[in-house]
Amino acid sequence: MTRRRSMTAFAAGLAAAALGLTACSDNSDEDPVASASDDTLVVYNAQHEQLTQEWADAFTEETGIEVVLRNGGDAELGNQLVQEGDESRADVFLTENSPAISLVENAGLLAPVDQATLDQVPEQYRPATGDWTGIAARSTVFVYNPDELTEAELPASIMDLADPAWKGRWGAAPGGADFQAIISAMLELEGADATGQWLEAMKDNATAYQNNIATMKAVNAGEVPGGVIYHYYWFRDQDGTQENSGNTELHYFRNQDPGAFVSVSGGGVLASSANQDEAQQFLAFVTGETGQEILGTGYSMEYPVASGVAANPALPTLDSLQAPAVDPSTLNSVEVTDLMTDAGLL
Amino acid sequence: MLVPLGYVVSVVVDVGWGTLEPLIFRPRVGELLVNTVLLVVLGVPATVLLGVGGAWLVERTTLPGRRFWAVVLVAPLAIPAFVASYGWASAVPSIHGLSGGLLVSVLAYYPLVYLPAMAAIRGLDPALEESARSLGLGSWAVFGRVVLPQLRLAILGGGLIVALHLLAEYGAFAFIRFDTFTTAIVVQYQSTFAGPAAGALGVVLSALCLTLLVGEAAARGRARYARVGSGAARPAVPQRLGASTPLVLLALTALGVAAVAVPLASVVRWLARGDGWAQPELWPAFGQTVVLACGGALAAVLVALPLAWLTSRHPGPLARLLEGTSYVAASLPAIIVALALVTVTLRVLPGLYQTAFTVVLAYVMIFLPRALVPLRSGIAQAPVALEEMARSLGHPPLLARLRVTLPLLVPSIAAGAALVALGAANELTATLLLAPNGTRTLATQFWSQASAIDYPAAAPYGLLLILLSVPAVAMMFAQSRKWGAR
Repeated sequence: MTRRRSMTAFAAGLAAAALGLTACSDNSDEDPVASASDDTLVVYNAQHEQLTQEWADAFTEETGIEVVLRNGGDAELGNQLVQEGDESRADVFLTENSPAISLVENAGLLAPVDQATLDQVPEQYRPATGDWTGIAARSTVFVYNPDELTEAELPASIMDLADPAWKGRWGAAPGGADFQAIISAMLELEGADATGQWLEAMKDNATAYQNNIATMKAVNAGEVPGGVIYHYYWFRDQDGTQENSGNTELHYFRNQDPGAFVSVSGGGVLASSANQDEAQQFLAFVTGETGQEILGTGYSMEYPVASGVAANPALPTLDSLQAPAVDPSTLNSVEVTDLMTDAGLL
Repeated sequence: MLVPLGYVVSVVVDVGWGTLEPLIFRPRVGELLVNTVLLVVLGVPATVLLGVGGAWLVERTTLPGRRFWAVVLVAPLAIPAFVASYGWASAVPSIHGLSGGLLVSVLAYYPLVYLPAMAAIRGLDPALEESARSLGLGSWAVFGRVVLPQLRLAILGGGLIVALHLLAEYGAFAFIRFDTFTTAIVVQYQSTFAGPAAGALGVVLSALCLTLLVGEAAARGRARYARVGSGAARPAVPQRLGASTPLVLLALTALGVAAVAVPLASVVRWLARGDGWAQPELWPAFGQTVVLACGGALAAVLVALPLAWLTSRHPGPLARLLEGTSYVAASLPAIIVALALVTVTLRVLPGLYQTAFTVVLAYVMIFLPRALVPLRSGIAQAPVALEEMARSLGHPPLLARLRVTLPLLVPSIAAGAALVALGAANELTATLLLAPNGTRTLATQFWSQASAIDYPAAAPYGLLLILLSVPAVAMMFAQSRKWGAR
């Protein structure tokens, strides 16, 4: 009986396997990019997939040019482009933070951005070199749980979080490029020694989460009193279900503090791209009114930086954040990851 | 197959010990080592306890509903560990660290001991135990002194596979903030790409894996487990559980709830909450998963066939070397294979960099043994006499093989291919690093949604991954039951 039954099961399994095998066609080396025609635009996208997909769909609608995304993290894709060099299939690179695109720029892999595109973007949101442009911006914030922290207890500066008093009381996502960009600003403003010491204190004090959302969720759940994240995660959740931010408030450091850093997201065209015109068109579109409106009115909640488009009214205005003045092209990602590796955070 | 090993060696040579030493001997690596070693030292015995205990209960006791429990105990194998981890994390959000990592991984991986233990127990000759009893040993003593030694191979083999899985696991641990070498390598890769820091961690991780392999081989020893004659085929007298029956049932229920019901309930709960099925990426991801998994299965069978042929029909030093190499290569974690392929394709074969071909190649490297094992036993069981007969009737050797032996191997080929396809469909780490631009698989999509804490959007991918796994798990289960009954 048992044997009969297990034989039946075995036969069923075999049949399923055989079916699966016959269902397999021989096109096992189907590559969406290779099979895409050569004038398909390949965007190495480190920005939020949903946002870039919105941009890509609107762009395709307007121009008829097809777009394929390769999604990954800032540092991952930036380093990948450097490794790929002229072999890369990428036409456009979009980041969440500027250090990754500076890395590619410093490797000499970016083509100058069209002047008309640059003219759409105010000077403080793009590097002087003109090899890439800002496409959006995000502000550093301290998200906290009012049940765990009173307003009087909030840190005046991000540098205060190195204090032993903060041991076990804040979280962040050190493995992500978002946090690494904040550290690159700290490095620029406070110097390597102070930043290194701060990172070592962070190793003792902070809980490491996988990303900004996980950090915010933990603060919301009372697992940790506060966390360093970017603003828009909080505003998105507030605008939606409030499931991961309902019990939290935002604290802005302001006063040109390193913790008031506003990070510029970058967009650039690869010099090795065979689709220069289309790639430039894409950047012009993203920094144009339609592209920026998607930031200002869509779900994204990131700050528009170009074409005079206003941010979502729920956000405090960019000017009110009192961000430190940092030239995006000076932010160094390599030194940051070295310092973080030394501190044992990576 | 030597590419991953070569990569590890080349890291040491290329980067140079001077650069590597501070990257290896630093406090962070110490932390990871403690985490990883504790995970293995605590996790493997726990899976052995559950696996062997469960197999003994369903095979040799008066447990009510044994057939039902036999299936329940193998069911977690159909739930990828990172899906189980997501299920637990969304049910108990505070779960994290070593305790969380142990909970999730032990529940996900104990069936890897349970299946071989079940096959071994079914193959035991009750006469040995009866002799021991007649010499005055009690039940526990018989189990400890007669049964367990005969299960040693199954326990060691299953335990080794569990340990290698624990070292290689990425998604399940990253999700609940438990850092091991594999999760740290992925974070380093995301921050600094395939640089010296990731390579240094890779060297340590590979060393750990090879240590486990050598340790298992040493522990296996040279003892003989075979016997002359097949004994009298008859069922053993089942052990009476008596008064402890309710307790055992309670324990098994708890295990079933923790390993199957919690993850499934989470997936179903999130499915009910959103319209996850409406995602436009869902079915394309399903299609690409099937194509890549089948490509991997096909390629693995094509590589395994000649290798298995060689080892069964022409055993010798060359065959042994090739086979050993493929096992060693497959025991290295997927993250090492992926790093190696990223590095090699970028530097040597840029045309193959991040193409489907490379993904399939990675699947072959990672899952080859799954195709090799059934093919070897299949070829061993195909009588050479039939082939010789065909040749005496005028068929050239190759044609004889194709027309006579190949049809006999169809079940083994299907079994091997199904197991590789199952592994490939659930593969996350290497796929993340190697997938072509624009390619999404169920596993990578699940991962990106779950990481963004978009639980409702992740749920349909999780469910599809589970459903895809069921046939192959059913087949493994049937195979284990059959084995012992021979």
